[in-house]
Amino acid sequence: MKDIVTVDHLRVEFATDGGTVVGVQDVSFTIAPGETLCVVGESGSGKSVTSLSLMRLVEFGGGTITQGALNFTRADGSTLDVAAASPDVMGQVRGNEIGMIFQEPMTALNPVFTIERQLTDGLMLHKGLTQAQATARALDLLRSVRIPEPERRLKQYPHELSGGMRQRVVIAMAMACEPKLLIADEPTTALDVKIQAEILALINRLKRENGMAVLFITHDMAVVAQMADRVVVMYRGAIVETGPVDQIFNAPQQDYTKALLAAVPKLGEMKGKSAPERMRLIGDEATHAALAPAPVRKPKVLLEVKNLTTRFPVKGGILRRTVAQVHAVEDVSFTINVGETLALVGESGCGKSSCGRSILRLIEPASGEILINGNDIRALGPQDLRRARADMQMVFQDPFASLNPYRRLRAQVAEPLQNFGLTADLDAKVLDLFDRVHLPRDFLNRYPHELSGGQRQRVAIARALALNPKLIVADEAVSALDVSVQAQVLNLMMELQQDLGLSYLFISHDMAVVERVAHQVGVMYLGRIVEIGPRAAIFDNPSHPYTRSLLSAVPIADPSKRRFEGDMNFKPISSPIFPLGHQPAKSQYTTVAPGHFVLI
Amino acid sequence: MKRFLTTKGLIGITLLLLIALIAIVGPLVIPPDAATAMDMRARRAPPSLDHFLGTDQLGRDMLYRVILGARTSLEIAVSAVMMSIVLGLPLGLISGYFGGLTDNVLMRLVDTLLAFPALLLALTISAVLGPNLQNTIIAIGIAFTPYLARIIRGEALRVAQMPYVEAARASGTTDIMIMSRHILPNILPAVIVQGTISLAFAILAEAGLSFLGLGTQPPAASWGLMIQASRDQLDIAPWTAVVPGMAVALTVLGLNMFGDVLRDILDPRSK
Repeated sequence: MKDIVTVDHLRVEFATDGGTVVGVQDVSFTIAPGETLCVVGESGSGKSVTSLSLMRLVEFGGGTITQGALNFTRADGSTLDVAAASPDVMGQVRGNEIGMIFQEPMTALNPVFTIERQLTDGLMLHKGLTQAQATARALDLLRSVRIPEPERRLKQYPHELSGGMRQRVVIAMAMACEPKLLIADEPTTALDVKIQAEILALINRLKRENGMAVLFITHDMAVVAQMADRVVVMYRGAIVETGPVDQIFNAPQQDYTKALLAAVPKLGEMKGKSAPERMRLIGDEATHAALAPAPVRKPKVLLEVKNLTTRFPVKGGILRRTVAQVHAVEDVSFTINVGETLALVGESGCGKSSCGRSILRLIEPASGEILINGNDIRALGPQDLRRARADMQMVFQDPFASLNPYRRLRAQVAEPLQNFGLTADLDAKVLDLFDRVHLPRDFLNRYPHELSGGQRQRVAIARALALNPKLIVADEAVSALDVSVQAQVLNLMMELQQDLGLSYLFISHDMAVVERVAHQVGVMYLGRIVEIGPRAAIFDNPSHPYTRSLLSAVPIADPSKRRFEGDMNFKPISSPIFPLGHQPAKSQYTTVAPGHFVLI
Repeated sequence: MKRFLTTKGLIGITLLLLIALIAIVGPLVIPPDAATAMDMRARRAPPSLDHFLGTDQLGRDMLYRVILGARTSLEIAVSAVMMSIVLGLPLGLISGYFGGLTDNVLMRLVDTLLAFPALLLALTISAVLGPNLQNTIIAIGIAFTPYLARIIRGEALRVAQMPYVEAARASGTTDIMIMSRHILPNILPAVIVQGTISLAFAILAEAGLSFLGLGTQPPAASWGLMIQASRDQLDIAPWTAVVPGMAVALTVLGLNMFGDVLRDILDPRSK
């Protein structure tokens, strides 16, 4: 059978003020009917440019296809070179014969149109259906993407749907005209892990049922392992390696592919290991060694959180009074030992970030105790709190927003020291901190925008280390980083823990990373910790149904362990908003094993 | 310094320097009564060799008037905008950074001022204080403050939620330090943009006050006064509007270009 897509020596250039920049060059691949081709690469690898070229959408972003052919087999069997097609022809192809799913389900739907309108517009335009026919087809589509209560959804607006449902609508739109090719550009990156599992399973089923080809763009090797028939690995605008998924994962030929795979944590690979272990990085032999097991001594408690509760007001009505409360953190208790990492995992909105911020009192908790070395943080006045915070620092998710764009790095790292009058030998101290996080010294006088994401995160860590804290709250500190950079930053954090005896509260949604770094794991759901215990206990013997469903949804970076073949439907998360005066039950736990507790 | 040397920067700076030079040197070389000397035989004369830019309804030379008016107009506009920044910046900054009750109290105050049209407010203040140059500046400065405070508050609110502000707070930085080191530099671009736009409006506001007898007193010249005076003879002597109008337009153009370049220079990302 004829290939749906044959890309031959594609080259895309972008005209910028500084001259011509090559987006991608010499990119060639084919996609057969019923095949999923995954294009994988880190940011800036040109994977999105490739997919946008196939739709000829790259021109709207200022790019030009300067070389190569993009042959697409149309519905009638004729071959169309997309690179040379007229705008009229492209208008017939886009959305009709090639469907596209975008990353951000929040912005891919027009907020002022109903779901019905979004779905029927394309059908009436491309297929010439009447309004009634289009509506009937829209209903069919919503059923096929398994949206609950599809009749009601038709009349709703995008903001009334959850993120997962919105992405299902986006997929329904892409599927509306029964395309021969579906392009999915990071379709699950913005979604929680369980919704990601559902969407991946859905794309798999639709592919099987309709026999269409899928071009799947992603940065996530675990998703590739789960989805791909064949894989294209890209780096800096060119193809590094192409091959069947098994070959790429089991016998990669190129160094870059090997390095990329080495940096990916695989869920389950830490089974039977007692201490966290550094990520393997090619070319860094020191990291192959396991961390030296901590000397056996009686663990000393650093942080003790008792019955912490944090609520946010929901304002409403004409007078903007508080009409309800978000129960962000609800009766949460845990301890962190000196030199250990407690990971808080959960989906977005589960309260894990609020919990971290509450501990530093960056948001005020409603009740509970926070004891650091026996000192109650909640009882402190503003001046004492300021001093106490020197012991607890924070590293944030977005390395682009957590540094002030207008200040030199030297000044930003020095600031915490200046705040406490520790200005003796300031320059030497800042230099030390730069060395500690392995940043070159000539970065001292640079501004944040001159650095890459990973380097910025190192600066943020240096700033957090400045006051010799005992606890660092790392709020999704590696989530925004490319996988190889993520591995380096994780290794740095583990190295610092070993050298300085730091404790981490590691807030993350990524189970595979957590398995790698944590001593203790707490699983959060609707503001409560539903299960907490030693890392091995949580991963080997998950005892709460929520922990089990969360673990079952994690994609594993191993093509022999596919998990998203059948449809998946997880129970939707209920709302944490309750009326004023609502008194929730206390969190009560049963002991599964010593140190391993599960919410009743 | 190299970054000033873009086309835009050069045009902006040249324009501003030229206008400033005219405003400063003009009154020194032109006899003071040149702007008020009437030539009754040449009323509303179109531009000619005798009068390069024509004359107004009283036969006064437009070239002299626009040159001598520059000083008054710019003095009032620049001082008034400076004043509104000095008042509005801390107001907006404190309001946006602290939020809550502080924000509510300050912003209701600002809202009260906003409820009056800026010109009406300036008029009232000017009428109370009496008509002279200094009071005109105060009147316009106060009238423009709420707009600036509003914009600065919005920006401060946005910046105050950035993780680097939270990180600074977590590392024990005091509120004053956070405001001056982290928030102020990040809202400066908005202040520059709003400031340059305000300058144009301030020139016109001065005209409005003058028209009502509270700003510049005739027969002295100011750009705003000249524009006002041209309003009922636009059809027969369009140059009476075009000449001061062009002066205002060129000033604003120069300021905008300069403001853009200044903003780029202050932003380390544009290096």
